[in-house]
Amino acid sequence: MADDKKLPADHDHWLVRESTIRNLWILLIAVFVLSIAAETVWHPHPHFSLDAIFGFGAWFGLLSGFALVVVTKSWAIFVKRKDTYYD
Amino acid sequence: MTELAMIPPGLVLIAAGLLLPLFNAQIRAAIIVVAPLIALALVWNMPDGPVLTMNWLGYELTPVTGDNLSRMFGTVFAIMALIGGIFALNQARVVELASAFVYAGSAIGVVFAGDLITVFIFWELMAIGSTLVIMSNGDEAFGPGMRYAVIHFFGGVVLMAGIAGEIATTGSIAFQPMQTDSVFRWLILFGFVINTGAPPLHPWLPDAYPKSSWSGMVFLSAFTTKTAVYTLIRGFPGAEVLIWVGLFMIFYGLIYALNENDTRRKLAYSIINQVGFMVCAVGIGNEIALNGAAAHAFVHIIYKALLLMSAGSVLYMTGISKFTQLGGLFRSMPMTTICCIIGALSISAAPFTSGFPAKSLIANGAAEAHMTLVWFLLTGAVAGVYIVAIKLPWFIFFQKDSGLRPAEPPLSMRLAMYAASALCIGFGIFPGALYSMLPVATDYNPYTGGHLVSQFQLLLAGTIVFFALLKWLKRTETISLDVDWFWRGFGKLLAREFDVRTGIAWQGLASNVSNMVQRFVKTIYKHHGPEGMLARTWPTGLMAFWTTVLLAATLILAYV
Repeated sequence: MADDKKLPADHDHWLVRESTIRNLWILLIAVFVLSIAAETVWHPHPHFSLDAIFGFGAWFGLLSGFALVVVTKSWAIFVKRKDTYYD
Repeated sequence: MTELAMIPPGLVLIAAGLLLPLFNAQIRAAIIVVAPLIALALVWNMPDGPVLTMNWLGYELTPVTGDNLSRMFGTVFAIMALIGGIFALNQARVVELASAFVYAGSAIGVVFAGDLITVFIFWELMAIGSTLVIMSNGDEAFGPGMRYAVIHFFGGVVLMAGIAGEIATTGSIAFQPMQTDSVFRWLILFGFVINTGAPPLHPWLPDAYPKSSWSGMVFLSAFTTKTAVYTLIRGFPGAEVLIWVGLFMIFYGLIYALNENDTRRKLAYSIINQVGFMVCAVGIGNEIALNGAAAHAFVHIIYKALLLMSAGSVLYMTGISKFTQLGGLFRSMPMTTICCIIGALSISAAPFTSGFPAKSLIANGAAEAHMTLVWFLLTGAVAGVYIVAIKLPWFIFFQKDSGLRPAEPPLSMRLAMYAASALCIGFGIFPGALYSMLPVATDYNPYTGGHLVSQFQLLLAGTIVFFALLKWLKRTETISLDVDWFWRGFGKLLAREFDVRTGIAWQGLASNVSNMVQRFVKTIYKHHGPEGMLARTWPTGLMAFWTTVLLAATLILAYV
């Protein structure tokens, strides 16, 4: 079924080169900043007061994403076990 | 056409499932493709209102009745039977395919049921079909399959108790919107909610689903939880408790999915998270939110199947489902990688994929109902879903070079993934096609400039958080204990302790009885054994002496 074969790790693919990763980071930050700047042209329709603050999607996304990771890691302290736990 | 409408579309799939084991691979393949298409045609031809009624034990059953909501769910279930069937064409275990078709047909049976008794019958058939799909994956799946069956049959008992009480108190068997104003209606609601995978009675989902085969979980992800969402939309729209149940599911699923190291267990927790959005929307209960719940269920079935097909393809080709052992597969599985990314974007509600027009309806429903906290939690969860969603393609196909170079999966599996990908993008670009099926007509337009800007900000923020905190998110060969620890861990310990204690007591009892028996035997032996007084051979003189004594005593007594 599986015709996979273990090959020596190769890091030559253009997608995994350090320069590509650096460029992707630059691109990501640039698009993120652009998406915030775009709010000056296309105004989101706020439903409440907090989401009327400029760049709401950006800062709220960063905050909630960070909070999720922190809560997840904290919860893991209590519930994480070796995956052979039930064996 | 009227006669055609009389044929229950679900029964076509159930009949196909029962016939599958009787034929060879070629005819099976034909049945797998043709039966869902027939079911789809019947669903689309289903008129509004009851089309089939029958008398049963004095009750007027309505096994088939149609409306927009039923047709929408029926459509996606039939599509999923087709896509899942094509993906599973290489599945050697015919029992799995046969059970999956019975399962899919029963799910369609529920969504076209016009009365509670029919709902219950198909509900239980679903439980049987899905259990067989899990158990057909061999010995390793037997334990999880049993645990799955126990919870679902318990749910069935709760539902039956509720339905019986409802019929006894109201005299009506109609399946229509209900208030949570009696204990029986609460039981019905509880029975439905168990099948949504709501914690704490959710472990059947992450415990059993990943133990099914590479193709089995594609079917499992589609029907049980979404049929439950359908029954909630139909039976309990606006039940406020569902808002909080849904929100809890959203964040519970997110946290566990993010901590998970098994690709398909991660997707199982993600199902809980996504169904949470739908349950919450049913609780919000206004027209736009209910539309959102139905639309989200529809698109979710397809993009979740796509994600599971990509993870299933990797499992099929490598035999591996742990993130820690995967990585770098984009080199040899580029098409599977692209399909997985499309699925991840759809589940994240990225614009121009199917999740965007669906989830936008739910958030808008909360905003229209002025539910501030609910809206903020739902919006925050979107960024969270994105972080969890990227995890799948990132850790399987990129991350590090695991050295594995599996080929793309066979053609039938690729075709199924391409079809699901096309639907994910198609409904994203043309949301009108999705909205035209909604229970209530809407002119909502998700593609306004402001909405797009806000959504892109959220998703890009999620991307930045994911890659910035990648070291924290690195996977380890671990599991996260869940509620099922109470019966798989604590319960086992308790049972072992009970076993030890009862073992000691039993040994004590057994040794007491054994001692008593031995003492009894010894006594008998003492008197009746070879040396026993009563077993001795007595001398003739002694016998004569005693006979004389007895005769003398008799003589004396006779004269007294």
